[in-house]
Amino acid sequence: MSEPMQDVVVVGAGIVGAAIAHELSRNELAVTLLDREAEAGFGTSKANSGIIHGGHHTDTDTLKGRLEWVGNQLWDPLCDELGFGFARVGELTVALTEADLPALDHLIENAEEKDIGGVEVWSRDRICAAEPQVTRGVIAGVFSPHTAVVNPYEAVFGLVEAAVANNVRLRTLSPVTDLHHDGDTWTVTTPSATFATRFVVNAAGLGAAAIAHMAGVDGFEIRGRKGEEYLLDKRLRHLVRRVIYPCPTPLSKGTLVIPTYDGTIMVGPTAEEVDDPDDVTTTTAGESTAFAGARRLVPSLSERDVIAQFAGTRATIRGDDFLIGPTEAPGFVNVAGIQSPGLTAAPAIARYVADLLRHGGLEMPPKPLLNMIERPVHFASLTTEQQRTLADTDERYRRIVCRCEFVTEGEVGDAIERGATTVDGLKFRTRAGMGRCQGGFCATRCIELLSADLGIEMSEVTKRGPGSWLVLDRPDDEVMIEPEAP
Amino acid sequence: MIDDRPHVLLPNYDVVVAGGGPAGLGAAVAAREAGAERVLVVDREAEAGGILLQCIHSGFGLHHLGEELTGPEYAQRILENALDDGVDVLTNAYLLDIDNDQNLKLLSADHGVAILDTEATVLAMGARERTRAAIRIPGRRPAGIFTAGAAQRLVNLNGVLPGRRVVILGSGDIGLIMARRLTLEGVEVAGVFELMPHANGLSRNIVQCLHDFDIPLHLSTTVVEIHGRDRIDKVTVAPVDAQMKPVLDKAWDVPCDTLLVSVGLIPENELSRELRLRLDPVTSGPIVSSTMETSRDGVFACGNVVHIHDLVDFVSAEAELAGGHAGRFALGARPPHDNVRLQPGKNVAYCVPHTVTTDQPHTVYMRVRKPLEKSMLRLRDAEGDIVHERRLRYVVPAEMVTLKLRPGVLDGFQGDALQVEVVPR
Repeated sequence: MSEPMQDVVVVGAGIVGAAIAHELSRNELAVTLLDREAEAGFGTSKANSGIIHGGHHTDTDTLKGRLEWVGNQLWDPLCDELGFGFARVGELTVALTEADLPALDHLIENAEEKDIGGVEVWSRDRICAAEPQVTRGVIAGVFSPHTAVVNPYEAVFGLVEAAVANNVRLRTLSPVTDLHHDGDTWTVTTPSATFATRFVVNAAGLGAAAIAHMAGVDGFEIRGRKGEEYLLDKRLRHLVRRVIYPCPTPLSKGTLVIPTYDGTIMVGPTAEEVDDPDDVTTTTAGESTAFAGARRLVPSLSERDVIAQFAGTRATIRGDDFLIGPTEAPGFVNVAGIQSPGLTAAPAIARYVADLLRHGGLEMPPKPLLNMIERPVHFASLTTEQQRTLADTDERYRRIVCRCEFVTEGEVGDAIERGATTVDGLKFRTRAGMGRCQGGFCATRCIELLSADLGIEMSEVTKRGPGSWLVLDRPDDEVMIEPEAP
Repeated sequence: MIDDRPHVLLPNYDVVVAGGGPAGLGAAVAAREAGAERVLVVDREAEAGGILLQCIHSGFGLHHLGEELTGPEYAQRILENALDDGVDVLTNAYLLDIDNDQNLKLLSADHGVAILDTEATVLAMGARERTRAAIRIPGRRPAGIFTAGAAQRLVNLNGVLPGRRVVILGSGDIGLIMARRLTLEGVEVAGVFELMPHANGLSRNIVQCLHDFDIPLHLSTTVVEIHGRDRIDKVTVAPVDAQMKPVLDKAWDVPCDTLLVSVGLIPENELSRELRLRLDPVTSGPIVSSTMETSRDGVFACGNVVHIHDLVDFVSAEAELAGGHAGRFALGARPPHDNVRLQPGKNVAYCVPHTVTTDQPHTVYMRVRKPLEKSMLRLRDAEGDIVHERRLRYVVPAEMVTLKLRPGVLDGFQGDALQVEVVPR
């Protein structure tokens, strides 16, 4: 199927591609957003620490170092607009030995260089008073008020939904199989359609090198760096109130203890170079590393409280900086190697890419009026009066689907209306199945609701797209009971 | 389906029961029979009866009713009892909140958000299954990993199958029942793998669900990795050594499209935590007196929320006790204080109730830690002297040990604590 001429095709609907599409949707442009998965954000964006970093962990002489702090400051208006889970909880980077102290000094220097206010050294006593679960062995720390936690999948869904509301065309299950350039026009081929476009933005994450290669652009390689994460029961809510960082090593920021927006405690990530970028296994060794690291910071943490474990793969390139810019292929822009702090920087990356396209000759008349999306409802976080009003107006909000996270049928129905087509899509939008029973009770109900609302059989409902089927129809009953001869 | 939901909710009740499974319904009936006027059962499902509704196999009621019923039949009996006795059974309703003064906040499909209060509460929320994450099996996260109970619901209530070739991890009763159920549905059960050196289900289920169907049971073996990108395509299993560590060089792969996890139940005590009840770290349930009262006055508990039972019959017996005392509490009676603590001793993981009186008959439930061929149950006083003893036959962790303390057994005992042990004879 041939589609109308586009100004921009964005390849990849992770946090970076979604932010770019959202940014471009503010202008009079024809934009298509492609993703190979069943829903947006199903790659690395759904499986990371969900931290908006404070900006002082990176040096100013790198692109990511410059975009991180700018990105950090752009999250509040995005949250206001889209209504995803986001809270500026602050962070503490803690020194456990004298050898750690220069790393703290370095954080302060970075903050001063970037003119980030409010970053300060905390004494042992102050840390112990503010975070009683942090090890008594702490000797000092650096506090930043700017660090936030976010539900990254909700942010992706919000960005994509707002982009689509402003005429961006989203095509999921659309892996790019070929890229061809002729004159001023790129032809982007997917199994179900071809798109003609002036510009291609390569935000394909782990697939970015392969996409670039299709465009005739080589010279970089994506290496996967896997991070395992362990989520602990909500019973531990407020075990720590700020994100707790160890002093960093050259390879990673180390294992963190993260109070997530939803009240769970997350332990991770690990950092392991993997040959297969698709390797998202959790391992016994990874679990040991994560907990050993985390227990140095917060000794009371226990594997016994784990309710979920997952792994995601950072898309890294040599040198570990972001690779963003035009290429020798005219109109083909790379946005590659977006690993940590890629989530933090994503809104800044989006503006940076919009500027690149403008300089590349794309005219971008701003739209006079933008369509706003309705912020999703989270029944459990409403006041009793708000709950009563909602339950009285829409009876779907009177029925609980997910008992662990208090998710109502109304929220599930709303998520399906907003585009959820899979059980994981429902989970990441509503939290149904994300709690301590991990869908033991509600997965069946979610399958039933997807089946009913999408008009498909239960056996056609998937966990996260083709191949991930959940149940099978019973074979037809062929047993015939012969009536007895008289 | 009985559609007899209450049309109005009262602003206050004598007894509110959280959960409409066998424990909750049984307690509600007992509360009514003890004289409580206004008794409300709150259940989150569309039909009361709890997990029994998906347990379509037979074997329920042999002890308590003297006949063998299926799960739905057993549920139907107690639901009819409750409705006949004038209990209000509110289904499709969720207890959102409970405070220290026993003010309750409900979300009900019929009534929306409702606030009400009660004189006494019975906690009967049951249990949830431990998951793949709770035991932290490494590997990928493909589709096709179910808890055994979730699979049971899919097969028995939704009429669909979880897959074509199934591996079952854990020899808990639900897993064993599902091994048979799936075999009868034409699904291939590749094997049951159990970390422990002994099976964790009832002996009768090992025989009737595995042996009778030639399904292999691999003891001291566990799943060490899950494979498959979109749908599970195999698991790696390995024997474990005496320290329960997998011996990886003896591992092998088992192709399958489904993994059922049957590795135990955890009492659902979120409301109990909200009420700041004292919990037993071994059972993960509330600490209860001989009247099934928790550490908070007027809050009682029974069934799997207190400790995991292997037979519904025992749940019903416990529910009668809890509900009767809750009913009497609502009418102003105050239970006498227990004067003896029961402390788990050698080879005893826990005892319920946690305290008893010396002048009343009591039934004490306990679980042993290790199987024993011939054993002796002993109660010892603080000096170690034997106060009471009883011969037991074969004991296993999977089967609850019951001790009937008849009046007179503790006559003359002056102490305030008894050690309970189950040791070789």
